Amino acid sequence: MSSDPQQHDNYLPVLEFKSSTFSVPVLILASNDVIAVEHQLQEKIHLAPEFFKNSPLVIDVQELNKHDLNIDVTELGNTVRKLGLLPIGIRGGTTQQNRQALELGIPVHAGHNVTAYSETQKQQAPEPEPQAVAAATTTMITHPVRSGQRIYASGDLIILAQVSAGAEILAEGNIHVYGSLRGRALAGVQGNTEARIFCSDLQAELISIAGNYKISEDLNGTVLHQPVQIYLQNHTLVIKDI
Amino acid sequence: MARVIVVTSGKGGVGKTTTSAAIAMGLAKKGHKTAVIDFDVGLRNLDLIMGCERRVVYDFVNVINGEATLNQALIRDKNCNLLYILPASQTRDKDALSLEGVGKILDELKKDFKYIVCDSPAGIEKGAHLAMYFADDAFIVTNPEVSSVRDSDRMLGILSSKSRRAEQNEDPIKEYLLLSRYSPDRVKLGEMLSVDDVQEILSLHLLGVIPESKSVLNASNSGMPVILDEKSDAGQAYADIVARYLGEDKPHRFIDDKKGLFGKLFGRK
Repeated sequence: MSSDPQQHDNYLPVLEFKSSTFSVPVLILASNDVIAVEHQLQEKIHLAPEFFKNSPLVIDVQELNKHDLNIDVTELGNTVRKLGLLPIGIRGGTTQQNRQALELGIPVHAGHNVTAYSETQKQQAPEPEPQAVAAATTTMITHPVRSGQRIYASGDLIILAQVSAGAEILAEGNIHVYGSLRGRALAGVQGNTEARIFCSDLQAELISIAGNYKISEDLNGTVLHQPVQIYLQNHTLVIKDI
Repeated sequence: MARVIVVTSGKGGVGKTTTSAAIAMGLAKKGHKTAVIDFDVGLRNLDLIMGCERRVVYDFVNVINGEATLNQALIRDKNCNLLYILPASQTRDKDALSLEGVGKILDELKKDFKYIVCDSPAGIEKGAHLAMYFADDAFIVTNPEVSSVRDSDRMLGILSSKSRRAEQNEDPIKEYLLLSRYSPDRVKLGEMLSVDDVQEILSLHLLGVIPESKSVLNASNSGMPVILDEKSDAGQAYADIVARYLGEDKPHRFIDDKKGLFGKLFGRK
Protein backbone atom coordinates (compact mmCIF):
# COMPACT_ATOMS: atom_id res chain seq x y z
CA MET A 1 0.00 0.00 0.00
CA SER A 2 2.93 2.35 0.52
CA SER A 3 3.31 2.75 -3.23
CA ASP A 4 -0.26 3.96 -3.56
CA PRO A 5 -0.05 7.46 -5.09
CA GLN A 6 -3.00 8.55 -3.00
CA GLN A 7 -0.82 8.24 0.06
CA HIS A 8 1.22 11.26 -1.05
CA ASP A 9 0.13 14.53 0.46
CA ASN A 10 0.46 16.50 -2.74
CA TYR A 11 -1.66 14.11 -4.79
CA LEU A 12 -5.30 15.06 -5.08
CA PRO A 13 -7.39 12.97 -7.46
CA VAL A 14 -9.02 15.20 -10.07
CA LEU A 15 -10.77 12.45 -11.98
CA GLU A 16 -12.45 9.13 -11.56
CA PHE A 17 -13.80 6.49 -13.93
CA LYS A 18 -17.29 5.18 -13.40
CA SER A 19 -19.51 2.96 -15.45
CA SER A 20 -22.99 4.22 -16.29
CA THR A 21 -25.86 3.07 -18.45
CA PHE A 22 -27.63 5.51 -20.75
CA SER A 23 -30.80 5.33 -22.73
CA VAL A 24 -30.00 6.34 -26.30
CA PRO A 25 -32.18 6.09 -29.41
CA VAL A 26 -31.01 3.47 -31.87
CA LEU A 27 -31.60 3.96 -35.60
CA ILE A 28 -32.34 0.56 -37.11
CA LEU A 29 -32.08 0.56 -40.87
CA ALA A 30 -34.01 -1.69 -43.20
CA SER A 31 -32.75 -0.22 -46.49
CA ASN A 32 -29.30 0.62 -47.80
CA ASP A 33 -30.66 3.47 -49.92
CA VAL A 34 -29.19 6.50 -48.15
CA ILE A 35 -31.47 8.94 -49.98
CA ALA A 36 -34.60 7.06 -48.92
CA VAL A 37 -33.30 6.88 -45.36
CA GLU A 38 -32.66 10.63 -45.40
CA HIS A 39 -36.20 11.32 -46.59
CA GLN A 40 -37.93 9.22 -43.98
CA LEU A 41 -35.63 10.41 -41.24
CA GLN A 42 -36.40 14.01 -42.15
CA GLU A 43 -40.14 13.28 -41.89
CA LYS A 44 -39.68 11.72 -38.44
CA ILE A 45 -37.63 14.67 -37.23
CA HIS A 46 -40.29 17.03 -38.52
CA LEU A 47 -42.81 15.41 -36.16
CA ALA A 48 -40.73 16.25 -33.03
CA PRO A 49 -37.97 18.65 -33.95
CA GLU A 50 -37.10 19.54 -30.34
CA PHE A 51 -36.73 15.90 -29.38
CA PHE A 52 -34.33 15.11 -32.19
CA LYS A 53 -32.30 18.32 -32.02
CA ASN A 54 -28.70 17.36 -31.17
CA SER A 55 -29.92 13.99 -29.96
CA PRO A 56 -27.28 11.29 -29.57
CA LEU A 57 -27.89 8.29 -31.79
CA VAL A 58 -26.59 4.78 -32.32
CA ILE A 59 -26.78 3.51 -35.89
CA ASP A 60 -27.69 -0.16 -36.14
CA VAL A 61 -26.86 -1.83 -39.47
CA GLN A 62 -27.27 -5.36 -38.21
CA GLU A 63 -30.49 -6.06 -40.10
CA LEU A 64 -28.98 -4.76 -43.33
CA ASN A 65 -25.93 -6.94 -43.06
CA LYS A 66 -28.08 -9.93 -42.24
CA HIS A 67 -29.57 -9.53 -45.71
CA ASP A 68 -26.24 -8.68 -47.32
CA LEU A 69 -27.28 -5.10 -47.99
CA ASN A 70 -24.16 -2.99 -47.78
CA ILE A 71 -24.52 0.66 -46.88
CA ASP A 72 -21.93 3.40 -47.20
CA VAL A 73 -21.38 4.45 -43.62
CA THR A 74 -19.44 7.59 -44.54
CA GLU A 75 -22.38 8.85 -46.54
CA LEU A 76 -24.90 7.74 -43.91
CA GLY A 77 -22.95 9.37 -41.07
CA ASN A 78 -22.70 12.67 -42.89
CA THR A 79 -26.43 12.58 -43.71
CA VAL A 80 -27.39 11.93 -40.09
CA ARG A 81 -25.19 14.76 -38.90
CA LYS A 82 -26.63 17.09 -41.56
CA LEU A 83 -30.08 16.43 -40.08
CA GLY A 84 -28.92 17.63 -36.64
CA LEU A 85 -28.39 14.26 -34.97
CA LEU A 86 -25.15 13.29 -33.23
CA PRO A 87 -24.17 9.68 -33.95
CA ILE A 88 -22.29 8.24 -30.96
CA GLY A 89 -21.93 4.70 -32.20
CA ILE A 90 -22.46 2.07 -34.83
CA ARG A 91 -23.61 -1.45 -34.11
CA GLY A 92 -23.47 -4.61 -36.20
CA GLY A 93 -21.22 -3.15 -38.87
CA THR A 94 -18.84 -5.05 -41.11
CA THR A 95 -15.10 -4.55 -40.77
CA GLN A 96 -15.14 -2.00 -43.57
CA GLN A 97 -18.16 -0.17 -42.17
CA ASN A 98 -16.58 -0.05 -38.75
CA ARG A 99 -13.44 1.46 -40.26
CA GLN A 100 -15.52 4.08 -42.08
CA ALA A 101 -17.35 4.87 -38.82
CA LEU A 102 -14.10 5.32 -36.93
CA GLU A 103 -12.85 7.69 -39.61
CA LEU A 104 -15.92 9.82 -38.95
CA GLY A 105 -15.21 9.69 -35.21
CA ILE A 106 -18.09 7.31 -34.49
CA PRO A 107 -17.22 4.61 -31.94
CA VAL A 108 -17.91 0.99 -32.81
CA HIS A 109 -20.17 -1.11 -30.55
CA ALA A 110 -20.33 -4.86 -30.65
CA GLY A 111 -23.48 -6.18 -32.19
CA HIS A 112 -25.31 -9.17 -30.84
CA ASN A 113 -23.57 -11.41 -33.29
CA VAL A 114 -20.77 -9.52 -34.93
CA THR A 115 -19.01 -12.61 -36.23
CA ALA A 116 -21.60 -13.38 -38.82
CA TYR A 117 -21.14 -10.06 -40.60
CA SER A 118 -17.39 -10.03 -40.79
CA GLU A 119 -16.42 -9.56 -44.39
CA THR A 120 -12.95 -10.97 -44.20
CA GLN A 121 -12.89 -14.11 -42.06
CA LYS A 122 -15.72 -15.33 -39.93
CA GLN A 123 -13.44 -16.62 -37.16
CA GLN A 124 -11.62 -13.37 -36.69
CA ALA A 125 -14.31 -11.23 -35.20
CA PRO A 126 -14.98 -11.94 -31.47
CA GLU A 127 -12.85 -9.20 -29.98
CA PRO A 128 -12.59 -7.98 -26.39
CA GLU A 129 -15.93 -6.16 -26.58
CA PRO A 130 -18.24 -9.15 -26.03
CA GLN A 131 -16.20 -10.08 -22.95
CA ALA A 132 -16.61 -6.60 -21.52
CA VAL A 133 -20.34 -7.14 -21.76
CA ALA A 134 -20.11 -10.53 -20.02
CA ALA A 135 -18.16 -9.08 -17.07
CA ALA A 136 -21.05 -6.87 -16.02
CA THR A 137 -23.61 -9.66 -15.76
CA THR A 138 -24.97 -11.60 -12.84
CA THR A 139 -22.97 -13.25 -10.09
CA MET A 140 -24.56 -16.38 -8.64
CA ILE A 141 -23.64 -17.74 -5.21
CA THR A 142 -25.03 -21.14 -4.24
CA HIS A 143 -23.38 -21.66 -0.84
CA PRO A 144 -24.15 -19.82 2.42
CA VAL A 145 -22.35 -16.50 2.89
CA ARG A 146 -20.83 -16.81 6.36
CA SER A 147 -20.05 -14.23 9.01
CA GLY A 148 -16.96 -12.24 8.05
CA GLN A 149 -17.24 -13.02 4.34
CA ARG A 150 -17.64 -10.26 1.80
CA ILE A 151 -18.98 -10.65 -1.72
CA TYR A 152 -18.83 -7.96 -4.37
CA ALA A 153 -20.61 -8.20 -7.71
CA SER A 154 -20.10 -5.71 -10.51
CA GLY A 155 -23.57 -6.48 -11.84
CA ASP A 156 -26.50 -8.21 -10.19
CA LEU A 157 -25.96 -10.60 -7.30
CA ILE A 158 -28.10 -13.67 -6.73
CA ILE A 159 -27.61 -15.73 -3.57
CA LEU A 160 -29.40 -19.05 -3.33
CA ALA A 161 -28.57 -19.62 0.33
CA GLN A 162 -28.56 -17.66 3.55
CA VAL A 163 -26.44 -14.61 4.33
CA SER A 164 -25.27 -14.84 7.94
CA ALA A 165 -25.05 -12.04 10.45
CA GLY A 166 -21.68 -10.35 10.07
CA ALA A 167 -21.46 -11.09 6.35
CA GLU A 168 -21.52 -8.33 3.75
CA ILE A 169 -22.85 -8.53 0.21
CA LEU A 170 -22.39 -5.69 -2.24
CA ALA A 171 -23.55 -5.26 -5.82
CA GLU A 172 -23.50 -2.47 -8.36
CA GLY A 173 -26.85 -3.77 -9.54
CA ASN A 174 -29.70 -5.61 -7.81
CA ILE A 175 -29.37 -8.13 -4.98
CA HIS A 176 -31.54 -11.22 -4.66
CA VAL A 177 -31.30 -13.45 -1.58
CA TYR A 178 -33.34 -16.67 -1.62
CA GLY A 179 -32.58 -17.52 2.00
CA SER A 180 -32.49 -15.62 5.24
CA LEU A 181 -30.76 -12.26 4.90
CA ARG A 182 -29.12 -11.60 8.28
CA GLY A 183 -26.00 -9.71 7.23
CA ARG A 184 -25.49 -6.42 5.42
CA ALA A 185 -26.78 -5.96 1.89
CA LEU A 186 -25.73 -2.98 -0.21
CA ALA A 187 -27.14 -2.63 -3.72
CA GLY A 188 -26.28 0.03 -6.30
CA VAL A 189 -22.96 0.70 -4.57
CA GLN A 190 -21.71 2.76 -7.53
CA GLY A 191 -24.69 5.06 -7.29
CA ASN A 192 -27.37 3.21 -9.24
CA THR A 193 -30.53 4.50 -7.58
CA GLU A 194 -32.66 2.09 -9.60
CA ALA A 195 -31.10 -0.94 -7.92
CA ARG A 196 -33.28 -3.03 -5.64
CA ILE A 197 -32.86 -5.66 -2.97
CA PHE A 198 -35.12 -8.70 -2.98
CA CYS A 199 -35.07 -11.23 -0.17
CA SER A 200 -37.27 -14.04 1.02
CA ASP A 201 -36.65 -13.44 4.74
CA LEU A 202 -35.55 -10.02 5.91
CA GLN A 203 -33.49 -9.99 9.12
CA ALA A 204 -30.68 -7.79 7.83
CA GLU A 205 -28.25 -5.82 9.98
CA LEU A 206 -28.16 -3.12 7.35
CA ILE A 207 -29.72 -2.51 3.96
CA SER A 208 -28.54 0.15 1.56
CA ILE A 209 -29.31 1.31 -1.96
CA ALA A 210 -26.95 3.80 -3.59
CA GLY A 211 -25.75 4.97 -0.20
CA ASN A 212 -29.19 5.40 1.41
CA TYR A 213 -29.28 2.97 4.29
CA LYS A 214 -31.33 1.62 7.17
CA ILE A 215 -30.01 -0.37 10.11
CA SER A 216 -31.90 -3.22 11.68
CA GLU A 217 -33.18 -0.99 14.49
CA ASP A 218 -35.06 1.03 11.87
CA LEU A 219 -36.79 -2.04 10.49
CA ASN A 220 -40.18 -2.44 12.09
CA GLY A 221 -41.88 -5.67 12.98
CA THR A 222 -44.18 -5.75 9.98
CA VAL A 223 -41.32 -6.31 7.52
CA LEU A 224 -39.00 -8.46 9.64
CA HIS A 225 -38.97 -12.14 8.70
CA GLN A 226 -41.04 -11.31 5.60
CA PRO A 227 -40.29 -11.72 1.91
CA VAL A 228 -39.76 -8.14 0.76
CA GLN A 229 -38.31 -5.90 -1.90
CA ILE A 230 -36.44 -2.71 -1.08
CA TYR A 231 -36.12 0.23 -3.43
CA LEU A 232 -35.49 3.96 -3.46
CA GLN A 233 -38.25 6.51 -3.79
CA ASN A 234 -37.38 10.21 -3.39
CA HIS A 235 -34.11 9.31 -1.66
CA THR A 236 -35.97 7.21 0.89
CA LEU A 237 -35.78 3.44 1.23
CA VAL A 238 -39.12 1.77 0.72
CA ILE A 239 -39.63 -1.75 2.03
CA LYS A 240 -42.59 -3.53 0.46
CA ASP A 241 -43.70 -7.10 0.81
CA ILE A 242 -43.76 -9.22 -2.32
CA MET B 1 -7.55 -43.20 2.10
CA ALA B 2 -6.72 -41.36 5.31
CA ARG B 3 -8.96 -38.51 6.36
CA VAL B 4 -7.94 -35.42 8.27
CA ILE B 5 -10.59 -34.18 10.68
CA VAL B 6 -10.34 -30.76 12.28
CA VAL B 7 -12.22 -30.07 15.50
CA THR B 8 -12.75 -26.34 15.59
CA SER B 9 -15.11 -23.63 16.83
CA GLY B 10 -13.70 -20.13 16.78
CA LYS B 11 -14.75 -19.55 20.37
CA GLY B 12 -12.82 -20.94 23.31
CA GLY B 13 -14.09 -23.18 26.06
CA VAL B 14 -16.83 -24.87 24.04
CA GLY B 15 -15.34 -28.38 24.25
CA LYS B 16 -12.95 -28.77 21.31
CA THR B 17 -10.30 -30.72 23.23
CA THR B 18 -12.90 -32.89 25.01
CA THR B 19 -14.45 -33.62 21.61
CA SER B 20 -11.10 -34.31 19.92
CA ALA B 21 -10.14 -36.77 22.65
CA ALA B 22 -13.53 -38.47 22.61
CA ILE B 23 -13.91 -38.93 18.88
CA ALA B 24 -10.28 -39.96 18.39
CA MET B 25 -10.79 -42.64 21.04
CA GLY B 26 -14.14 -43.58 19.51
CA LEU B 27 -12.65 -44.04 16.04
CA ALA B 28 -9.76 -46.10 17.43
CA LYS B 29 -12.15 -48.24 19.47
CA LYS B 30 -14.01 -48.99 16.24
CA GLY B 31 -10.80 -50.45 14.88
CA HIS B 32 -9.41 -47.54 12.88
CA LYS B 33 -5.83 -46.50 13.46
CA THR B 34 -6.11 -42.90 14.61
CA ALA B 35 -3.75 -40.08 15.53
CA VAL B 36 -4.81 -36.98 17.43
CA ILE B 37 -2.70 -33.81 17.20
CA ASP B 38 -2.77 -30.91 19.64
CA PHE B 39 -2.42 -27.68 17.63
CA ASP B 40 -2.71 -25.48 20.72
CA VAL B 41 1.01 -24.76 20.99
CA GLY B 42 1.72 -22.89 24.21
CA LEU B 43 -1.54 -23.91 25.89
CA ARG B 44 -1.29 -27.64 25.60
CA ASN B 45 -4.18 -29.55 27.16
CA LEU B 46 -4.91 -32.59 25.05
CA ASP B 47 -2.27 -34.66 26.85
CA LEU B 48 -4.06 -33.98 30.17
CA ILE B 49 -7.46 -34.99 28.80
CA MET B 50 -5.89 -38.11 27.30
CA GLY B 51 -4.03 -38.85 30.53
CA CYS B 52 -0.59 -39.05 28.91
CA GLU B 53 0.94 -35.83 30.26
CA ARG B 54 3.65 -37.72 32.15
CA ARG B 55 4.83 -39.54 29.07
CA VAL B 56 5.55 -36.52 26.85
CA VAL B 57 9.17 -36.47 25.68
CA TYR B 58 9.10 -34.84 22.27
CA ASP B 59 6.34 -32.72 20.81
CA PHE B 60 4.83 -31.39 17.58
CA VAL B 61 7.29 -28.49 17.31
CA ASN B 62 10.28 -30.82 17.81
CA VAL B 63 9.09 -32.87 14.85
CA ILE B 64 8.54 -29.79 12.67
CA ASN B 65 12.06 -28.57 13.50
CA GLY B 66 13.55 -31.96 12.77
CA GLU B 67 14.71 -32.42 16.37
CA ALA B 68 12.78 -35.69 16.70
CA THR B 69 11.16 -38.18 14.37
CA LEU B 70 7.42 -38.58 14.23
CA ASN B 71 7.69 -42.04 15.79
CA GLN B 72 9.63 -40.64 18.72
CA ALA B 73 7.03 -37.97 19.40
CA LEU B 74 3.85 -40.05 18.97
CA ILE B 75 2.54 -41.42 22.27
CA ARG B 76 0.55 -44.62 22.20
CA ASP B 77 -2.62 -44.42 24.26
CA LYS B 78 -2.75 -46.64 27.33
CA ASN B 79 -6.39 -47.66 26.74
CA CYS B 80 -6.33 -48.37 23.04
CA ASN B 81 -3.34 -49.48 21.04
CA LEU B 82 -4.72 -48.06 17.78
CA LEU B 83 -4.69 -44.51 19.15
CA TYR B 84 -1.65 -42.21 19.13
CA ILE B 85 -1.26 -38.70 20.48
CA LEU B 86 1.02 -35.98 19.14
CA PRO B 87 1.25 -33.42 21.94
CA ALA B 88 1.80 -29.69 21.49
CA SER B 89 4.80 -27.86 22.85
CA GLN B 90 4.09 -25.89 26.00
CA THR B 91 7.19 -23.70 25.89
CA ARG B 92 6.70 -22.26 22.41
CA ASP B 93 3.99 -20.27 20.66
CA LYS B 94 1.97 -20.66 17.47
CA ASP B 95 4.69 -19.08 15.33
CA ALA B 96 6.73 -22.23 15.80
CA LEU B 97 4.32 -23.96 13.40
CA SER B 98 4.71 -23.56 9.66
CA LEU B 99 2.42 -24.50 6.79
CA GLU B 100 5.08 -26.67 5.10
CA GLY B 101 6.02 -28.33 8.39
CA VAL B 102 2.41 -29.20 9.25
CA GLY B 103 1.75 -30.40 5.71
CA LYS B 104 4.78 -32.66 5.80
CA ILE B 105 3.80 -34.24 9.12
CA LEU B 106 0.22 -34.82 7.97
CA ASP B 107 1.44 -36.43 4.75
CA GLU B 108 3.63 -38.75 6.76
CA LEU B 109 0.82 -39.63 9.17
CA LYS B 110 -1.55 -40.30 6.26
CA LYS B 111 0.64 -43.20 5.13
CA ASP B 112 0.10 -45.03 8.40
CA PHE B 113 -3.18 -43.81 9.91
CA LYS B 114 -6.84 -43.99 8.86
CA TYR B 115 -7.98 -40.90 10.72
CA ILE B 116 -6.00 -37.86 11.85
CA VAL B 117 -7.84 -35.64 14.31
CA CYS B 118 -6.56 -32.07 14.62
CA ASP B 119 -7.50 -30.33 17.86
CA SER B 120 -7.65 -26.66 16.90
CA PRO B 121 -6.89 -23.83 19.29
CA ALA B 122 -9.53 -21.13 19.80
CA GLY B 123 -9.51 -18.04 17.63
CA ILE B 124 -9.04 -17.62 13.90
CA GLU B 125 -5.32 -16.86 13.92
CA LYS B 126 -2.34 -18.89 12.82
CA GLY B 127 -2.81 -21.95 15.04
CA ALA B 128 -6.46 -22.36 14.10
CA HIS B 129 -5.69 -21.69 10.45
CA LEU B 130 -2.98 -24.36 10.31
CA ALA B 131 -5.21 -26.85 12.13
CA MET B 132 -7.96 -26.55 9.55
CA TYR B 133 -5.91 -25.86 6.41
CA PHE B 134 -5.33 -29.50 5.41
CA ALA B 135 -8.66 -30.85 6.68
CA ASP B 136 -11.02 -33.12 4.76
CA ASP B 137 -13.78 -32.99 7.38
CA ALA B 138 -14.57 -30.35 9.98
CA PHE B 139 -16.37 -30.89 13.27
CA ILE B 140 -17.74 -27.52 14.34
CA VAL B 141 -18.24 -27.56 18.10
CA THR B 142 -20.83 -25.03 19.16
CA ASN B 143 -22.52 -24.19 22.45
CA PRO B 144 -26.17 -23.21 22.31
CA GLU B 145 -25.59 -19.50 22.81
CA VAL B 146 -25.36 -16.61 20.35
CA SER B 147 -21.68 -15.68 20.56
CA SER B 148 -20.56 -19.26 20.08
CA VAL B 149 -22.91 -19.65 17.11
CA ARG B 150 -21.64 -16.42 15.54
CA ASP B 151 -18.01 -17.52 15.96
CA SER B 152 -18.80 -20.91 14.44
CA ASP B 153 -20.36 -19.18 11.46
CA ARG B 154 -17.18 -17.14 11.02
CA MET B 155 -15.10 -20.31 11.22
CA LEU B 156 -17.30 -21.94 8.56
CA GLY B 157 -16.59 -18.98 6.30
CA ILE B 158 -12.86 -19.45 6.81
CA LEU B 159 -13.13 -23.19 6.14
CA SER B 160 -14.84 -22.53 2.84
CA SER B 161 -12.40 -19.87 1.68
CA LYS B 162 -8.99 -20.33 3.25
CA SER B 163 -8.47 -24.09 3.40
CA ARG B 164 -6.30 -26.04 0.99
CA ARG B 165 -9.37 -27.61 -0.58
CA ALA B 166 -10.83 -24.15 -1.19
CA GLU B 167 -7.58 -22.73 -2.55
CA GLN B 168 -7.05 -25.65 -4.91
CA ASN B 169 -10.69 -25.73 -6.01
CA GLU B 170 -11.21 -29.28 -4.78
CA ASP B 171 -14.42 -30.56 -3.19
CA PRO B 172 -15.12 -28.40 -0.15
CA ILE B 173 -14.41 -29.57 3.39
CA LYS B 174 -17.34 -31.62 4.77
CA GLU B 175 -18.76 -29.71 7.70
CA TYR B 176 -20.56 -31.27 10.66
CA LEU B 177 -22.23 -29.57 13.60
CA LEU B 178 -21.67 -30.82 17.16
CA LEU B 179 -23.81 -29.02 19.68
CA SER B 180 -22.18 -29.36 23.08
CA ARG B 181 -23.14 -28.47 26.68
CA TYR B 182 -26.81 -28.76 25.70
CA SER B 183 -29.39 -28.62 28.41
CA PRO B 184 -33.03 -29.27 27.43
CA ASP B 185 -34.23 -27.83 30.74
CA ARG B 186 -32.58 -24.50 30.08
CA VAL B 187 -33.80 -24.47 26.47
CA LYS B 188 -37.33 -24.84 27.81
CA LEU B 189 -36.77 -21.88 30.12
CA GLY B 190 -35.55 -19.83 27.17
CA GLU B 191 -32.04 -19.51 28.59
CA MET B 192 -30.43 -21.39 25.74
CA LEU B 193 -30.86 -21.63 22.00
CA SER B 194 -32.58 -24.80 20.86
CA VAL B 195 -31.16 -27.27 18.35
CA ASP B 196 -33.55 -25.86 15.75
CA ASP B 197 -32.46 -22.28 16.44
CA VAL B 198 -28.79 -23.17 15.98
CA GLN B 199 -29.47 -25.19 12.86
CA GLU B 200 -31.51 -22.38 11.36
CA ILE B 201 -28.67 -19.93 11.88
CA LEU B 202 -25.86 -22.20 10.72
CA SER B 203 -27.75 -24.43 8.26
CA LEU B 204 -25.36 -27.27 8.87
CA HIS B 205 -25.67 -31.05 9.10
CA LEU B 206 -26.12 -31.99 12.77
CA LEU B 207 -23.84 -34.85 13.74
CA GLY B 208 -24.91 -34.94 17.35
CA VAL B 209 -25.91 -33.18 20.55
CA ILE B 210 -23.75 -33.61 23.65
CA PRO B 211 -25.65 -32.87 26.85
CA GLU B 212 -24.22 -30.75 29.64
CA SER B 213 -22.87 -33.40 31.97
CA LYS B 214 -20.82 -33.79 35.12
CA SER B 215 -19.15 -36.78 33.55
CA VAL B 216 -17.21 -34.49 31.18
CA LEU B 217 -15.47 -32.72 34.05
CA ASN B 218 -14.84 -35.99 35.85
CA ALA B 219 -13.35 -37.49 32.71
CA SER B 220 -11.07 -34.49 32.16
CA ASN B 221 -9.85 -34.59 35.73
CA SER B 222 -9.08 -38.29 35.57
CA GLY B 223 -7.45 -38.13 32.13
CA MET B 224 -9.90 -40.56 30.52
CA PRO B 225 -11.72 -39.45 27.36
CA VAL B 226 -15.40 -39.23 28.30
CA ILE B 227 -16.38 -41.69 25.57
CA LEU B 228 -14.84 -44.46 27.72
CA ASP B 229 -17.45 -43.73 30.40
CA GLU B 230 -20.11 -45.77 28.65
CA LYS B 231 -22.69 -45.22 31.36
CA SER B 232 -22.57 -41.43 31.08
CA ASP B 233 -24.89 -39.49 28.79
CA ALA B 234 -22.00 -37.48 27.30
CA GLY B 235 -20.04 -40.68 26.65
CA GLN B 236 -23.02 -42.21 24.85
CA ALA B 237 -23.54 -39.00 22.88
CA TYR B 238 -19.96 -39.14 21.61
CA ALA B 239 -20.30 -42.85 20.78
CA ASP B 240 -23.39 -41.97 18.70
CA ILE B 241 -21.48 -39.18 16.98
CA VAL B 242 -18.61 -41.48 15.99
CA ALA B 243 -21.09 -44.08 14.72
CA ARG B 244 -22.98 -41.48 12.67
CA TYR B 245 -19.74 -40.14 11.24
CA LEU B 246 -18.82 -43.66 10.14
CA GLY B 247 -22.15 -43.94 8.36
CA GLU B 248 -24.35 -45.72 10.90
CA ASP B 249 -27.92 -44.54 11.20
CA LYS B 250 -28.56 -43.54 14.80
CA PRO B 251 -31.51 -41.44 15.95
CA HIS B 252 -30.62 -38.23 17.76
CA ARG B 253 -30.77 -38.37 21.54
CA PHE B 254 -30.43 -35.87 24.39
CA ILE B 255 -32.38 -33.19 22.54
CA ASP B 256 -35.53 -33.53 24.64
CA ASP B 257 -35.98 -34.01 28.30
CA LYS B 258 -36.13 -37.76 28.80
CA LYS B 259 -37.61 -37.75 32.27
CA GLY B 260 -40.33 -40.37 32.62
CA LEU B 261 -43.69 -39.93 34.28
CA PHE B 262 -42.12 -40.54 37.66
CA GLY B 263 -39.51 -37.89 36.99
CA LYS B 264 -42.16 -35.46 35.81
CA LEU B 265 -44.13 -35.95 39.00
CA PHE B 266 -41.31 -35.83 41.45
CA GLY B 267 -38.36 -34.45 39.53
CA ARG B 268 -36.80 -31.08 40.05
CA LYS B 269 -38.43 -28.14 38.39
